[in-house]
Amino acid sequence: MDNLSILFDAPVLSVQLLLDGLLIGAIFALAAYGMALVWGVMNVINIAQGEFVMLGGYVAFFTYQAGVHPLLAVPAAAVLLYILGWLLYRTIIFRVVDRDLFISILATFGLSILLQQLANELFGADVRTVSGELGTTFLFDGMVTVAHIKLLTFALALILGGLLLMFLRRSRMGQAIRATAQNARAARIMGVDTDRVYAVTFGLNAAICGAAGALVAMTWFIHPYLGLPYTIRSFMIVIVAGLGNVIAVLGAGMGLGVAENFAGFVFGAEYQAAFVFALLVVILVWRRFSLARHRKYLK
Amino acid sequence: MSRTAARLLGYGVLVGVALAAPAVLPDYRTQMSFLWLMIVFALTWDLLGGQMGYNSFGNVFFFGIGMYACAVIQRDAGLGYYTGLFVGAGAGGLLSLALAGVLGSGLLGLRGHYFAIATLGLGIAAGEFASGWDYIGAGSGMVTPLYPGEAGTREGFFYFLMFGLTVATFLVLRWLYSGRFGLAINAIRDDEDKAEAMGMHTTVYKTAAWCTSAFFLGISGAFAGNIIGFIDPRDVAFAGPTFGVWMVLMAILGGKGTLWGPVIGATVFHITQELFWTYLLGWQRVALGLLIVLIVVFFPVGILGYVRERWPELFGHRVDESTPQRGGSTSSAPAKEDA
Repeated sequence: MDNLSILFDAPVLSVQLLLDGLLIGAIFALAAYGMALVWGVMNVINIAQGEFVMLGGYVAFFTYQAGVHPLLAVPAAAVLLYILGWLLYRTIIFRVVDRDLFISILATFGLSILLQQLANELFGADVRTVSGELGTTFLFDGMVTVAHIKLLTFALALILGGLLLMFLRRSRMGQAIRATAQNARAARIMGVDTDRVYAVTFGLNAAICGAAGALVAMTWFIHPYLGLPYTIRSFMIVIVAGLGNVIAVLGAGMGLGVAENFAGFVFGAEYQAAFVFALLVVILVWRRFSLARHRKYLK
Repeated sequence: MSRTAARLLGYGVLVGVALAAPAVLPDYRTQMSFLWLMIVFALTWDLLGGQMGYNSFGNVFFFGIGMYACAVIQRDAGLGYYTGLFVGAGAGGLLSLALAGVLGSGLLGLRGHYFAIATLGLGIAAGEFASGWDYIGAGSGMVTPLYPGEAGTREGFFYFLMFGLTVATFLVLRWLYSGRFGLAINAIRDDEDKAEAMGMHTTVYKTAAWCTSAFFLGISGAFAGNIIGFIDPRDVAFAGPTFGVWMVLMAILGGKGTLWGPVIGATVFHITQELFWTYLLGWQRVALGLLIVLIVVFFPVGILGYVRERWPELFGHRVDESTPQRGGSTSSAPAKEDA
């Protein structure tokens, strides 16, 4: 707890933690929105969410290695992951869409192990990063640093989220997706090809996560095993924010980013992952007890 | 031969084979101890996942708790080897049981997938905490004390220890499933709201089931820690991606919700793994992921479930009779003459 007293002695440090948390939180929110989309439309909880983030990060890393500017890697990751998501739907996910939720959780869990280990075998377990050196702004006499790349990824995350919303609101396919989310059977009767809607939804989710992963590779680092924490973060954000509320997802994502940064500083970086997973359990148990007072339970 | 006699004969043959195995195949005693461990894993997972419908991804939590509790007692209590081991195992089991009771009151109120993901978080959080906590060796793990007996007897000792634990687990579960408790947890699986509406205290049953599962897992963890000899927080004790997933996979492979299914699934899985995985050279975990997807997507009924669908008469299921026996209660060599 020594670090806690440091925070009180130097309050400007908490400004740093707050800023970092808010900026990374937008990326969490992006992945979480993808999970909410798949969950709401297909009734599938995708445990392989974090692996899409990880693979997107690797796409960014390899395009960067090839000498392309990392910003171009974001659309590249989105397109490649869209194709991967679409293929996964056509081979595996379509078989579990209508089944028990546990079956889809377990199947996507297997998928997550598969992708994670494939990445480990193919790309190696090393920690990689894409250095997008853009300079840094110093605030408060250099006590607080803001890397420009973080501001840029924050803006990009918001733009991507905005684009996705526009797509869902305005385009024909977006309308079909929302109709399927409301009532798949009615949508089918009205002539919506729900199978295609599911494929596009799953692909879109993978694309969003891929883009988020490219942003992660630029601001942080990537390695094959970072998937599960992202899945858990997405799940947590979705439980707190609900399935349809974009602003709440963004708020919860940024809140989680801030909480995680503070916890990492106070308890030590080695407990940061433990904090994320423990927070999930705490939030679920808290939700369960608050609902139980009205004799309801999480559905 | 009557049904009971046939069943007793079946059990006798199995026990005889198990007792003779270490003498016949002395080189494989450790692998066979792990086979018993896998059977305990699958059985205790199935108590919740199969019989009660609460799919836990975090049962490995109790395995790790038992392992660490036993190792800490062996290190700090200053007892002799055998006393330390058994006191440690007992303490590990009881600590797991107590934790299951405490956590159960919160977690078991979650339904379906929320429970699954909450327990997933629980198991991984425990691994992360353990790898940061210096008292239990943090990331560098713990080493269990050396076996004091003669060289070569260690494997046999732990083989019979694991065998005894497996038999005890099996018999306790068999006894639980055969009575009111089994009916109660099956009712929870089939429709929890209705079960509650009928006046059943579902929380009590759910917590009891999880405590039972945790108790045996805790003891198995204590023994397994001593068999392996080295406790790594993420890869041995709270090994979610290996042991934690295997539990689920073995139970589903054998047939969820049956007594013998997990046993068969664990045996098939473990033997396959021992035979083939050494040839995969590092690609085992890729294969594991693929295997999970394949089994879950294409074969979710499991071996015993498939057999039961295909030849229901083997299980004493008759169309025109009411109250058929619950599927798994016949042995793997069921009596056919009265079917």
